Amino acid sequence: MKETPLSNCEREFVLLALREKKRLDGRQTYDYRKVKIAFGTEYGCCVVELGKTRVLAQVSCELVSPKPGRPSEGVLFFNLELSPMASPGFEPGRQSEMAIEMNRLLERCLRSSRCVDTESLCVISGEKVWHVRTDIHALNHDGNIMDAAVIAANAALAHFRRPDVTVQGEEVTLYSVKDRDPVPLTIHHMPLTTTFSFFHEGSRLLVDPTRLEERVMEGRLLVAMNKHRELCALQASGGIRLLQDQVLRCSQVSSVKVLELTEIIQRALQNDVQARKEGRCCGFAESLPVQRVTVACAHEATVNNEEALRRANEVVKFAEEPADVEQPVCHRGPHTAQVGDGLVNSWLVVDDEPKSEEEALDGGDLEGVKVENEEVEELSDDSVIILETHNRVPRVVQLSDGSEEDEVMILSGKDLMNVSNKGCTKKANNSDDVMEVMVTKTKKPRKRNK
Amino acid sequence: MANVVVLMPGEALQLPNNEALLTPGKELVLGPGLRRDDGGTVVATKAGVLRRREPNVYWIDSHQKRYVPVRGEMVIGIVTAKSIDLFKVDIGCSEHANLSYLAFEGATKRNRPNLQVGDLVFTRLLVANKDMEPEVVCVDSAGRANGLGQLSGDGFLIHTSLEFCRRLLTPGCPLIASLSAVCPCEITVGLNGRVWLRAQALRPAAVAAALLERSNCIETEQMNSQLHNLTDCLANF
Repeated sequence: MKETPLSNCEREFVLLALREKKRLDGRQTYDYRKVKIAFGTEYGCCVVELGKTRVLAQVSCELVSPKPGRPSEGVLFFNLELSPMASPGFEPGRQSEMAIEMNRLLERCLRSSRCVDTESLCVISGEKVWHVRTDIHALNHDGNIMDAAVIAANAALAHFRRPDVTVQGEEVTLYSVKDRDPVPLTIHHMPLTTTFSFFHEGSRLLVDPTRLEERVMEGRLLVAMNKHRELCALQASGGIRLLQDQVLRCSQVSSVKVLELTEIIQRALQNDVQARKEGRCCGFAESLPVQRVTVACAHEATVNNEEALRRANEVVKFAEEPADVEQPVCHRGPHTAQVGDGLVNSWLVVDDEPKSEEEALDGGDLEGVKVENEEVEELSDDSVIILETHNRVPRVVQLSDGSEEDEVMILSGKDLMNVSNKGCTKKANNSDDVMEVMVTKTKKPRKRNK
Repeated sequence: MANVVVLMPGEALQLPNNEALLTPGKELVLGPGLRRDDGGTVVATKAGVLRRREPNVYWIDSHQKRYVPVRGEMVIGIVTAKSIDLFKVDIGCSEHANLSYLAFEGATKRNRPNLQVGDLVFTRLLVANKDMEPEVVCVDSAGRANGLGQLSGDGFLIHTSLEFCRRLLTPGCPLIASLSAVCPCEITVGLNGRVWLRAQALRPAAVAAALLERSNCIETEQMNSQLHNLTDCLANF
């Protein structure tokens, strides 16, 4: 599908604003849009939002034979996909020129700069190495996908954990995720990019252009740097002529920006580690913003709770009235008295549950019914007519549902001895099995080599 | 305050008093998003809020950004190509619309309209069905422009959702009122999700554009606070 053409008045408006050094979203010339980094529950999955531009990166790994020229180095592979989901101008199928250019840039920036230590990815020299693959998908295109993609790739690589491997002589053990904690990759530095867009024949520049600014710009300069002020890549496209001091100034601006961005990435990684340690929910579900599209300027809408009230009235009709009788006070001892006799415990789990719940409802002063109504109102944010309320379970917590708690066993001294022995043998068996598997695997190639 | 009904596609419309039965003089008028299926029941085809206008007009307000052309609607188009006797205009749907040179006020074979590629035109849909290319005109049936025609090049164009544009066009829209208090400007709303605006200076135009873009999803009451936030963040503009 073709993208909406750029109208003359949009172009003129942006250029006019630029002449007075103003941007349409109120940013300054060197300001980045708001960067948001979120990690998924899986290791190596990262979503980066740069304003409205969204990019998803996923890192995965597998064992392969190394490249013939480099027998003791792992393989890094990067792939950036521009799908039509991001923008109607992107066509599915063959990669467009822009996509090819971006992929090349990614490789130059991340692979050639040796930010990930490939020697540590080697398992058996000449036979098995780790192939680490980073897939980056553009989810929404609002300008400057390149910067967002590089941030996402770096964050995902830093977040990723690969399975642990140990080599003892001839035997190689690959531990699954359950047996041993997976191991992070060795990352030397984080090369990040800054995009500069040029207007008015190179006299005006903007950092981090939005989609509209990208369509109007005359040329682009991309500077890839890490926080130690080491230049990793430099790319100018669009056919503008830049002066030497312009490029130097851009690289200086870039060093400041890269420092800030690295700080943001580190903070996001730390937050994620913290959240995982504390056992809090982590993942996209927590970090996705709740976007509600409320149609039309509606006033507060009332909820149709006639049905609920009707049922409540029915329930109330058949409910027992709370005892109005004066409770006898009996003295048990000095300073101790008892009022009433106490009720039957209604928290026993009975087979026919609805009945017990209704009894609980009847017992209180319409408290149960009020709870239902409250729930109904809470859910009706979007003004939905609730037709069925009787199926809803009031907030009764059932403790004995056999969830995480296993059966409790009390161990004696003898049992402890047995258990520990069993444990040891079990472990040995496991490792034996694993080692057996690995040994057979490695034997075959050796035979072939001979 | 009436109850608000939300329908999902496929749900049948439940009307009180059996109004769904067709009796002469008591016909139902179904607007966008509702359809009568083979069995005779009225079924929703879009997800959204059911609206009603007395006595018997029903339609569904839904959220959509892609425009589907409908005859008689006024839309803002961008000229993409010029050929011998017509302009190709992009109105946001799958096909570019045709705009004849003669469909302007006072246009003759000798007197051609002065439109360039990339200019904006405010047009009305003459032909719009799924089998043909849509056709637009800049003149009404009497031959008068009536507000249609080229939009000047010193304004700004923003892209929003369709229901936001319809909201702007309701008579007495509070959004427009609060906007005019802050940054008075001239606004043209196209039903294809495009709004053109022009103000006397750069700043009110930019503020108005930013405000309109962000007002898509907020209620009327929150609009005033949004205004304050916006004018603060665009203070350095």
